[in-house]
Amino acid sequence: MNVSGVTSPEAQLSPGRQMGLVAKSWNLAKGNALGTIGAAIFFLMLMMAIFSPILATHPPNQQNAADRLLPPSASYWMGTDEAGRDVWSRVVYGARVSLYVGVVSVVLATLLGTGVGIASAYLGGRYDVIIQRIVEVFLAFPTLILALVIMAMLGSSVTNLIIAVVLAFSWRFSRVVRGSALAVKEEPYIDAARAIGASHLRIMARHLFPNVLAPIIVLASTNLGIIIFIEASLSFLGFGTPPPTPSWGRMLSGTSSGYFQIAWWMAFFPGLVLSFAILGVNALGDALRDILDPRLRGR
Amino acid sequence: MAKFVARRMIYLIPTLVGISLIIFVLMRVVPGDVAAIMLGDYANPRDVRELNETLGLDKPVIVQYVDWMWGLLQGNPGVSLYNGKPVLDELLRAVPVSLELAILGVLFSIALGMPLGLLSAVKHDTGADQLSRLVSVLGISIPNFWLAILMLTFLAVWFNWNPPVYYRSFLESPIENLQQMLIPMVTLGMFQMALVARMTRSSLLEVLRQDYIRTARSKGLSEQMVIYRHALKNALIPVVTVVGLNFGVLLGGIVVIEQITGVPGVGRLTLHAIDRRDFAQIQINVLFFGAVYAFSNLVVDIIYGYLDPRIRQS
Repeated sequence: MNVSGVTSPEAQLSPGRQMGLVAKSWNLAKGNALGTIGAAIFFLMLMMAIFSPILATHPPNQQNAADRLLPPSASYWMGTDEAGRDVWSRVVYGARVSLYVGVVSVVLATLLGTGVGIASAYLGGRYDVIIQRIVEVFLAFPTLILALVIMAMLGSSVTNLIIAVVLAFSWRFSRVVRGSALAVKEEPYIDAARAIGASHLRIMARHLFPNVLAPIIVLASTNLGIIIFIEASLSFLGFGTPPPTPSWGRMLSGTSSGYFQIAWWMAFFPGLVLSFAILGVNALGDALRDILDPRLRGR
Repeated sequence: MAKFVARRMIYLIPTLVGISLIIFVLMRVVPGDVAAIMLGDYANPRDVRELNETLGLDKPVIVQYVDWMWGLLQGNPGVSLYNGKPVLDELLRAVPVSLELAILGVLFSIALGMPLGLLSAVKHDTGADQLSRLVSVLGISIPNFWLAILMLTFLAVWFNWNPPVYYRSFLESPIENLQQMLIPMVTLGMFQMALVARMTRSSLLEVLRQDYIRTARSKGLSEQMVIYRHALKNALIPVVTVVGLNFGVLLGGIVVIEQITGVPGVGRLTLHAIDRRDFAQIQINVLFFGAVYAFSNLVVDIIYGYLDPRIRQS
């Protein structure tokens, strides 16, 4: 599958490039089995999150003392937990938190990372050195630990979760965007734009940004899986969304964990759906990367 | 080479200072009064004020930072706000435990990941290849904490096996220690194992297409000789990189895995400290994680420089 034309300079300069990119991506997706499966799983997860009230068979937080710790059955598809809550309904609602935090954080982190990366590359010189020193310090923290400390300080809430993930990831993104922007900055059309008197802001927004879009999309899609995993890990450790909001990570921890040996379904299903979500997003991200950036294929 | 290493070492200093600054600032953005949080809702204001004085929290932030750094350089970064013990002692007690876990995790990932990738590349596009690729896709997608839960749950349900409850160090009781470390090792190493398998496969496939491999084959070397002596050696470089670059994931994994399996390492100590709002302990632990990670990045850079002379020049 030869797709190297997609990111070549000629392709980027030709008019109607974005339409072409979408159409080409679609054609390539059809030839990419794993990517298609990934897209299908991601779509299912989205449906789960959007239509949770319809898909859930019980209210997710309804406790029912008579139906505690029941194995999977016709009325409780994934069994019930120690409070008699329906595991399936909680898993369905859990998709909301995971996808919401995942998608919103990846978008915000990408925006922030792109802004910092492009500014650092374009301004160059002293500004670049200062920005990169700051970025390096943040990169010196393992992502999960940085997010964990931020959560511990801010307290658990969905907004704080997003803040923590964005603060932990955008530096990483900015590094990649800066690298791409440094290359694009040397292109003749940037000089041309400057020559006709375009402002710095305009050059960054209208000339640099569209031309580093492909690596940005790759970056966002390949990191969504990691972000969903980080969110689940934080929730698992007790620093995610506060109760009673159901989340996959928290269903696997806390008081529930004491019952896993007598009620395996409580441990099995939330993790299974979480794994599927990460698998799907990863497969989709890999496929997008292959399509948009052939040089990285197989890494 | 020595100059290159020295320069990288010097770069480490501003990074470490930066890490300490960020941690320090993070610890001070807590909404509300630290002493008030520690003493609870019913504390009287005088106690809160006194606690703030003992903790030095009434001083300006810059003075607090300088005090902390000065203490740190003298080997005394403060005492636990929870039990009054020196935080450095608590940290140093936990370090060997996490170190053992990290080493076991990396060993596991290489010991399993490399043969898997090798098999995949040599038996390219066969059932064995598909199977080992599936294993590596799953290894990257299955959250480590879920795998740990499944292992703990199903080993108990099916084989009636539980790891020993009380932690014993390897020197105290090697067998009990390894029984305890089994699940943490597997779950911690799984993600890297998958990456190593993937990387070994793709870089070996690339190397096997090179001219010198064809030369080796055409001069009549056995296939084994070609793969082990010629191909594998060159395919290892990216594998080293992938292990090094994902060290941060490993450190994050240590926190989660220690929490589930009850291994008393730095990760568990940090989570306990967060629960108790023991800021002195959190600060030093996070600084430790940052320093270890920064240092591991340095080691990767140096290995890079060693393997590729062009990097040394720039």
